[in-house]
Amino acid sequence: MSPVLAGVLQLLALFVALALVYRPLGDYMAAVYSSTKHLRVEKWIYRCIGANPTAEMRWPAYLRGVLAFSAVGLLLLYLLQRAQGVLPKGLSLGFHAISPDQAFNTAASFVANTNWQSYSGEQAMGHAVQTLGLAVQNFVSAAVGIAVAIALVRGFARSRTGNLGNFWADLVRGTVRILIPIAVIGALVLVACGAIQNFAGIHEIGQLTGGTQQVNGGAVASQEVIKELGTNGGGYFNANSAHPFENPNGLSNLFEPFLILVIPFALTRTFGKLVGNVRQGYAILATMGLIWLGFTALMMWTEFHHGGPALQAAGGAMEGKEQRFGVGGSSIFAVATTLTSTGAVDSFHSSYTGFGGGITLLGMMLGEIAPGGVGSGLYGMLVMAIIAVFIAGLMVGRTPEYLGKKIGTREIKLAACYILITPTLVLGFTALSMALAGPPDSILNTAANSVRDSGAHGFSEVLYAFTSGANNNGSAFAGLNANTPWYNTTIGLAMLLGRFLPMVFVLALAGSLAEQRPVPETAGTLRTHKPLFAGLLVGVILIITGLTYFPALALGPMAEGLS
Amino acid sequence: MNNSLRGTVRLLGAGLRAMLVLTLVCGVIYPLVVTGIAQTAFHDKANGSEVKAAGRPAGSSLLGQTYTLDKKDKDGNPLPDPKYFQPRPSAAGPNTENTQYSLTVSGASNLAADSKVLLASVEQRRKDVAEFNGVSPAAVPPDALTASASGVDPDISPAYAKLQTERVAKANHLPEDKVADLVADHTEGRIAGFLGDPRVNVLELNIALQKLTKN
Repeated sequence: MSPVLAGVLQLLALFVALALVYRPLGDYMAAVYSSTKHLRVEKWIYRCIGANPTAEMRWPAYLRGVLAFSAVGLLLLYLLQRAQGVLPKGLSLGFHAISPDQAFNTAASFVANTNWQSYSGEQAMGHAVQTLGLAVQNFVSAAVGIAVAIALVRGFARSRTGNLGNFWADLVRGTVRILIPIAVIGALVLVACGAIQNFAGIHEIGQLTGGTQQVNGGAVASQEVIKELGTNGGGYFNANSAHPFENPNGLSNLFEPFLILVIPFALTRTFGKLVGNVRQGYAILATMGLIWLGFTALMMWTEFHHGGPALQAAGGAMEGKEQRFGVGGSSIFAVATTLTSTGAVDSFHSSYTGFGGGITLLGMMLGEIAPGGVGSGLYGMLVMAIIAVFIAGLMVGRTPEYLGKKIGTREIKLAACYILITPTLVLGFTALSMALAGPPDSILNTAANSVRDSGAHGFSEVLYAFTSGANNNGSAFAGLNANTPWYNTTIGLAMLLGRFLPMVFVLALAGSLAEQRPVPETAGTLRTHKPLFAGLLVGVILIITGLTYFPALALGPMAEGLS
Repeated sequence: MNNSLRGTVRLLGAGLRAMLVLTLVCGVIYPLVVTGIAQTAFHDKANGSEVKAAGRPAGSSLLGQTYTLDKKDKDGNPLPDPKYFQPRPSAAGPNTENTQYSLTVSGASNLAADSKVLLASVEQRRKDVAEFNGVSPAAVPPDALTASASGVDPDISPAYAKLQTERVAKANHLPEDKVADLVADHTEGRIAGFLGDPRVNVLELNIALQKLTKN
């Protein structure tokens, strides 16, 4: 079988697997968030928190819950890393305390569901930080994302009330009823493939030719699964999901993108269920699916063509890719991880072809909405849908409405603020980093190192870093040495602002929609469950992203790919 | 003012308790349960798929190793041992932060497709591999010329294994067809016919080779 055919079949298999679980999982999640019953373990957790799970919250209260919970998480994770030096050796493996700027960066990164890593896991983080700190944020930051999305959906579904549900209940249910059960099963699948799961610490094992080598033990599979499922992406090892202990074979390499994509896609079904019209969910799903399939096809095409002098000389784009995954499997993973907010990598994007690297960048620049991170993908896409109905409304000259809610001045202002945040962070910080004296020194692929004496790739490294941070992706053009006070601080800020500012606007939007009375559907209402609308939505997404980022993309990956 | 301050403190208290109880659930109970099941049901895999050769621990079949001589080339890199099948090039390095350990820190070169450095290494590797194995430079496959993503890639392509057969057979004074059979036995196709790429696990192949030389 040719590698191209095998790659296409893998994509097809992934598509079928996602299609099979779409309805059951989407319906289950809808039931979880509309259930009035509480499991015994949930009641116990609510008692510990001291929260009443049935108390309805208006949007400011919901937001305060999100921010308080995330702020505490940020502080605890920071302190845990700072305290690593004094923890018992069994917990710290004897590793030192993490420096303040790096500890801030890492705490911000995991709380913001980004998982940008300026550290190398195996030589910096012991069992306590990995399992008690990072892996826990993998769960809860994902649950926070889904909770905010559900609050927005309730805003569409409810009328003449400001109530959006209870944050603590949504947080706990998402963790206990959705993430943990799938994670337990998924972790065991990964162990069955060969991922490790122990607490052995760093120990010696033999070598064939004599002598020994030291290897890490750790709770890898249990962290790997939630890192993908929660679209987090922070690797236990420096090589992330390229490391054989995280991603042992061709099967696990397809299972992991499945975990990445399964909740974001299925949430469109949950959305349809909760607003009482599953076809509205299908239109959103079609938009996401179309972009995902198109990007994956383009990625395979450019990687199998292996453009670029060094890859041409090698006869294949295998630099930074593993033999057991090949070019096809790596391309599928790279697109899945950058179109969601995951950022886990099974191959290193910096060594992709110029266009391949550009596709990973563009995927993040779309705003992580096809299908996007858990929760954040859905609310990002719904904001885009609001922009799309607004533009359609302008074309025919009537007040736009979506799902029976008027999209008025207030809604459009909130949606516009939402879509302006990340580009401002990305382009602002990139420009600053290129203009200042010190930060460009972190670039690996400088103009002097380029065959064409072009600094295009070096610029892409910096652009990639801030795109990845502000969009809460976390993958990297890892040549950039980002462990400097400048990058640790600025990327940390980009991640926090890129995560929580949009949530403010989403929840305000949800509150404003929930208060409205529904407008009856008329002959003039835009049919938002039809293919025409999905097409319009794809167009709006590409135009908005294109207009925003084209100049930056032209300086980086396009210059590299075209020369 | 006082009221809103008290409200904030109460909210942060709730956040703290939520964080602590969810840490207990997701950071203690969950990993312990998964470890318990994994250690019972998949003991060897959960502990790193370690393999033995002649009764002695020989590493993990999931991690690549080096098979080198004590001699070094002019750049100070150890020379490859002709008696063994050689793995892919690696960009992994020693740990730099916590030097009480001597770990291999996994990772890739991150060099760009238009990098001078990468182009030069690819050309140099093509020359070296061809010379070392006594084959034409055009015959060297891409995986032999490029550094892997993890730096500890346990596999090589079947083409790279075949290319090394003649040299390995000669160095070990074995008939070439026997070594070729060994390579064929250790060539794994795609899982279920389409997942991943065909590969040869270098450690397992070299263990089998060692057995053959000792008989």
